[in-house]
Amino acid sequence: MTQIDVGSAAGGVGQAGVEAGTQSRRRALRARRLRRGGVAYALIVPAALAYALFVLRPLGLTLQFSFYEWDGITPSTWVGLANYGALLTDPTLFGPILNAFELIVFFSFIPVALGLLTANLIRGIATSRLAVVARTVLFLPQVIPLVAAGIMWSWQLSTNGVVNQILRLVGLDAVTRAWLGDFDTALGAVGVIGAWVLLGLCMLLLLAGMTKIDPALYEAARIDGAGPVREFFAITLPSLRQEVAVCLTVTIIAALASFDIVYISTQGGPGNSTLVPGLEIYYLAFFEREVGMASALAVALMVLVLAVVLPLQWLNRESDR
Amino acid sequence: MIVSTREAVFGRVLLVVLMVVTVLPFVSLFLTALHPPGTYPAGLAWPDDPHWSNFVLAFQSAGMGRLLLSSVLIVAGVVPLSLLIATLAGFALGHLRPPGGRAIFIAFILGLTLPFEGVIIPLYYQMRDLGLLNTRWAIILPLIGLYMPFAVFWMRAHFVNMPEDLSEAARIDGAGTWVLFWRIHVPLSVPALSSLAILLFLWTWNQFLLAVVLVDDPTKRTMAGALGAFQGQWGTDIPLLCAGSLLILTPTLAVFLIFQRKFVAALLQGSLKG
Repeated sequence: MTQIDVGSAAGGVGQAGVEAGTQSRRRALRARRLRRGGVAYALIVPAALAYALFVLRPLGLTLQFSFYEWDGITPSTWVGLANYGALLTDPTLFGPILNAFELIVFFSFIPVALGLLTANLIRGIATSRLAVVARTVLFLPQVIPLVAAGIMWSWQLSTNGVVNQILRLVGLDAVTRAWLGDFDTALGAVGVIGAWVLLGLCMLLLLAGMTKIDPALYEAARIDGAGPVREFFAITLPSLRQEVAVCLTVTIIAALASFDIVYISTQGGPGNSTLVPGLEIYYLAFFEREVGMASALAVALMVLVLAVVLPLQWLNRESDR
Repeated sequence: MIVSTREAVFGRVLLVVLMVVTVLPFVSLFLTALHPPGTYPAGLAWPDDPHWSNFVLAFQSAGMGRLLLSSVLIVAGVVPLSLLIATLAGFALGHLRPPGGRAIFIAFILGLTLPFEGVIIPLYYQMRDLGLLNTRWAIILPLIGLYMPFAVFWMRAHFVNMPEDLSEAARIDGAGTWVLFWRIHVPLSVPALSSLAILLFLWTWNQFLLAVVLVDDPTKRTMAGALGAFQGQWGTDIPLLCAGSLLILTPTLAVFLIFQRKFVAALLQGSLKG
């Protein structure tokens, strides 16, 4: 590590003054780096301490807990991988994970797809006054607590809520129901809340990316006779790789680690139909006193998030080159 | 750019539809809040006799003054300290670049994608052993640690882009690292710092999981946590619940509308970098 650092530092100097880049200057710089090292470490200590105490230590403990059976009070017993075994075989335990993956469709795919579509359609008026107002309005869901979004939407989706009102207005009385209380629709209804929260963010991120694309590309495409669809797939989408990767990363983490919205709107019900890992961890650890099992689920959740998100980062890096 | 009128009109209509969908829940919440307490009104209906007093009632019954104070205290505990220690670390990692700095930096960014659920169980026992359960410290201390990956990442990204020549010049004039940091680099970092401050404020104010698990007393929680408790208490009285939710939303919405430009920029950058 040390050598890489000094090497890259010397590389930087080499660019600044190729002519003056003598050995002695390099040595002086290196000496100063080392002297500054002490100060630098001292400056890192407070942040590192906070990080180690409240992130790394708990992280290690979660892993440790996951190998034990513990009720939080009496002495714990070592059970090895039994908690993980139960996680794979007990449907009530892996059910929440499946639910979380289903939520990805709503939290992630719908906002990104709709965001791409709308951003593309309004690209031409991105600098108009209406678009400036829209920027503010579409950001509102990002600013309010998810808890508030949950409360609002529980009300919209209730028997008497706006959603059913609108459905009755267009003559669809037959489909009206308490959307969050129905076994078939509850998970989807929770997903809709997430989609509402995340659509604005995705659209604005993608739109910001689109305004950076060179307009000459579009002019050229139109002259070549490309239609809007062709244009989108040939120019817009490839140029937005980085933004799409970011949107997917943010929204997938939001789906897999969802807690606030579900806690407020359904508390996991009806039955276990909207139970997600975050909520299950909470119930297991603090109500059912199965700390070991809850920790195993927490570890599984973190591994899942990394497994889904890391490949996306690689895609992100690739497009930088 | 070539834009046909038809496309422009269609774009505008679409944008308006999107805005309506975004705002509709807020409008419904507001209208419902004006209905008589204890009734069960339709989602979108203007009340015959608007009960503006619901807001006063909700304010009093939820003890809104104390809730606000609690959130402000938590933000005051988390944000300045996080900014300070993240800036110091970001300066060291991005500008001084000590040997081994890359390894330290990688250790920090490994925490970027961490869901808070991953550490919440040990945090509970850790806070219990420290005797801090049910105090605001139980939210403040862990949040500072949990923000470090992003905050250090953000500040380092800023300092990496500061030209080395600037420091060289200051050093030739005899400035030590301390003077260099406070007199040259901190004043130049105000834009990066204020964006980070906005993000940390928002995340703290809206933090729910830590509040629910670590603090039972709603008057010692964050706003989001208090709102959760408020729903549990008033969940059956829909107009009052709506009035209370709106009151709890107001401070964030006000701050957002005042600093909206900065906010949107910070959130967009924040998610791009994160």
